Amino acid sequence: MVDDSLDQMIAAGTALLGIPVRPDWLPAIRANLEVSLTLARLVEEFSLPDEAEPAPVYTP
Amino acid sequence: MSALARIEATLARIAERDPVLNAFTAITAERARARAAELDATRAAGRAAGPLEGVPFAVKNLIDIAGLPTLAGSKINRDRPAATQDATLITRLEAAGAVLVGALNMGEYAYDFTGENVHDGASRNPHDHSRMAGGSSGGSGSAVGGDLVPLALGSDTNGSIRVPSSFCGIFGLKPTYGRLSRAGSFPFVASLDHLGPFARNVGDLAAAYDAMQGPDAGDAACTDRAPEWVSADLGKGISGLKIGVLGGYFRHGATAEVLATLDHLAQSLGAVQTLELPEAARARAAAYVITCTEGAALHLERLRRRGADFDPAVRDRLIAGALVPAALVAKAQNFRRWYHDQVLRMFEGVDVLLAPATPCTAPMLGQTELDLGGKKVPLRANIGIYTQPISFIGLPVVAVPVKLPGASLPLAVQIIAAPWREDLALRVASYLEAAGVARAV
Repeated sequence: MVDDSLDQMIAAGTALLGIPVRPDWLPAIRANLEVSLTLARLVEEFSLPDEAEPAPVYTP
Repeated sequence: MSALARIEATLARIAERDPVLNAFTAITAERARARAAELDATRAAGRAAGPLEGVPFAVKNLIDIAGLPTLAGSKINRDRPAATQDATLITRLEAAGAVLVGALNMGEYAYDFTGENVHDGASRNPHDHSRMAGGSSGGSGSAVGGDLVPLALGSDTNGSIRVPSSFCGIFGLKPTYGRLSRAGSFPFVASLDHLGPFARNVGDLAAAYDAMQGPDAGDAACTDRAPEWVSADLGKGISGLKIGVLGGYFRHGATAEVLATLDHLAQSLGAVQTLELPEAARARAAAYVITCTEGAALHLERLRRRGADFDPAVRDRLIAGALVPAALVAKAQNFRRWYHDQVLRMFEGVDVLLAPATPCTAPMLGQTELDLGGKKVPLRANIGIYTQPISFIGLPVVAVPVKLPGASLPLAVQIIAAPWREDLALRVASYLEAAGVARAV
């Protein structure tokens, strides 16, 4: 993901979620988002069968 | 010694040492005195008061104490009404005779491995006050490590019991996910949250754990399994147990001191087999993703209304977590099931696994970077690299403290067992304690 798209994602995402963000918070949010997405990609690129299901804790 | 005398001595010790350690955020002195007097009256009447009679304990301040707001290390929660009843685990410990003496400092909303807190100040390491106690159960580590109380409760989502155990040199138990009730505690990541005890010896750890076991309808994740008592079997030794040492991912980035400590402990147990958890790095990554996104979901409304009142280090990670696409989170949960199945297969050939708890000894307060295998990385995100792949699938772990001759600070090693086999991890811990290899510092 290029730099601009990360900034755009933060601007659009926080606006959509209604989270007010001060300009001085942005560098740290950006750095954290970069880490989160990098780690998420590491998980995503691991091939799992379509039948692989999560293990939720839900007791109806 | 009467329970009341013991509580008075504990309160005096807290008054003397806590101004430096900053482990406590509230001291429930009157409640403790009243409870101790009741215990003494019970004893005087010839009745037994329980296996933990008169044992003082304190709880991380995300655990409800009737009459106090449950802070969870935050400024925002100070506006909440006081809890109307104690958390389940407090009730169970007190039913066994233990006496609550206060609430303990912690990293804000448990999203922390340092024990630092911008609102209450840092919990300090009892062995070097300029260093971190570890987090997020920093006050619990500091209070037990500093000998203010012999028993404390903490929570562990990604390592928050095991990291303070390592930095403060004490025993900690993160039970199987769902083993101990979380009812009456402020959550962080429902998929990964655990509560558990800290103590200065394995006997106290096991006694507290036994006192807290049992189903609880107040926690959806709490197991319906009948309690499986461990205290009576601590002395069974390690004969017949197959013990392996985790290599690969779990040796990468550790300091020489950490590896020497792990190897010393493995040698003491005669553990020669090295095993690798499949895809441990991805497991840690998936735990990270689930944590930041579920945590963000929990705090979304607070982020909207009171962003400026958060610890900035917590807020900025939560806002970032709110922006991670849901499809990636679902992938992380799918991976969790796959990884769980792989690791359980490993336990068909081994009973207990050993791994470091932390990649280093306690860092300096204020430190923001960590040297991980020669590479500078953000400290907060990386202290838990060895704990996250274990709690990710809810395995029970006892953190055992070790201080090698000549070392200035302690470390802990994780004794990891298959789900619901706390008994095995505690037996190994007890063996190491009896052999003089592991002991609280």
